[in-house]
Amino acid sequence: MIVINGTPHDTEITDPRRSLLDHLREDVGLHGPKKGCDQGGCGACTVLVDGRRVLACLTLAAQAEGRSVTTVEGVGRDGGLDPLQEAFIEHDGFQCGYCTPGQVCSAIGMADEVARGVPSRVSPEIGAASFDLSPDEIRERMSGNLCRCGAYNGIVAAIEETYLDGPR
Amino acid sequence: MKPFTYQRADDVASAVAAAAATPGAAYLGGGTNLVDLMRQNVERPAALVDVSRLPARIGIGTDGRLWMGAAATNTDVAADPVVRRDFPIIAEAIVNGASGQIRNTATVGGNLLQRTRCLYFYDTGARCNKREPGSGCDAVDGHNRMHAVLGASPECVATNPSDLGVALAALDARVHLAGPAGGRTVELLDLHRLPGDTPHVETVLAPGELITAVSVPPPPAAARSAYRKVRERASYAFALVSVAALLEVRDGVVASARLALGGVAAKPWRAAVAEAVLTGAPATRATFDRAAAAALADARPLAHNGFKIPLAQRVIVSTLEELS
Repeated sequence: MIVINGTPHDTEITDPRRSLLDHLREDVGLHGPKKGCDQGGCGACTVLVDGRRVLACLTLAAQAEGRSVTTVEGVGRDGGLDPLQEAFIEHDGFQCGYCTPGQVCSAIGMADEVARGVPSRVSPEIGAASFDLSPDEIRERMSGNLCRCGAYNGIVAAIEETYLDGPR
Repeated sequence: MKPFTYQRADDVASAVAAAAATPGAAYLGGGTNLVDLMRQNVERPAALVDVSRLPARIGIGTDGRLWMGAAATNTDVAADPVVRRDFPIIAEAIVNGASGQIRNTATVGGNLLQRTRCLYFYDTGARCNKREPGSGCDAVDGHNRMHAVLGASPECVATNPSDLGVALAALDARVHLAGPAGGRTVELLDLHRLPGDTPHVETVLAPGELITAVSVPPPPAAARSAYRKVRERASYAFALVSVAALLEVRDGVVASARLALGGVAAKPWRAAVAEAVLTGAPATRATFDRAAAAALADARPLAHNGFKIPLAQRVIVSTLEELS
């Protein structure tokens, strides 16, 4: 059983080769997570597993058994968009939109990592009690998500504005 | 991807028993490297034993050493307050590798056992002695910009891609194993083998042996440390060269030094000769230059990777200057 966007799913995984990405897209019908490279290089398949951002293409569906998975379809609140999604629209944080579901899930997981005290390569002090979400930090922490349209400035601005006062 | 069976282990004993009972079984940690290699048909295990939910505790043991369960994720190690305070070079090395998503999944044990990123190893149309023993090596006379300058052989010039391993090599870490014949401990520096004429045999692990934990003694209290990585883009790329250094200077003299290199060999490379040059010498640029020269004295360039030798020397010198 995998809880997907708050709903338990008992869809049987008959082939252990099934990736979590293919399971979500083909078996459950959630097309938000995208297949970009299918080899862990682009981040388009990023989803949250127990609140942590992971690559669905490199995760076997069987490994998610008993976990809670959130895709971009599940990040909104009360039938509306998450504030981060609103900020992506406000700041033109995309062009074709293919990478956007992965960017959004990744940024949500990234903000939680900052709140939990996970350092980054550009953190001024690796042992600091907390980290500021500067544009440099955002760019480093989001380096696993590629945008071939090059909408990075808008993506960084949207994330910076959304998490100015910490994770929401 | 070749078909395989999957089972999840609940404890170390059942993991080892399951692997021993299943011909062609491999242990699955986070899967960030293994699943990719299986999709490329480079790795073709008949069975996976999922060990990603085995003990993942991180903490100081009664022996004073830092203990990390093999299933601990890279992120959890890098975020651990004790690691960041007392073993900062471990956290620095981890956050210099991969991406946030991969660090959230990749485990300590899997990090140490990840395979080379040599493109000829990945390309099943190319000759590779590591993938198909005896088939030859297309890297030796091919595009070998990323390849090894130390400890390589005519049969294989691949590098070990781990950042964490380089920091652990400098820290005198130990790797704790469980297997069908019981448990044992090996020094991290002895875990990986140089290629010689058997590059497909990458570690000293016996069939069915599982890494259960890594332990690290406390570094010298007065030592300063740094992990420096040079790569072709600022983030999410493997090292051309990396340096893990610990340096203890008293009254202008080097009291102790530890130096390990990444991106240059088939294993995390401890530069013991350079450490001998440093120890007891004045902490000056001239000493650091001599140590850097000693560290790369045995280096042998291929057609496209000769730049790694002066690059490694410069990164060693600048890192030691920063720490002195």
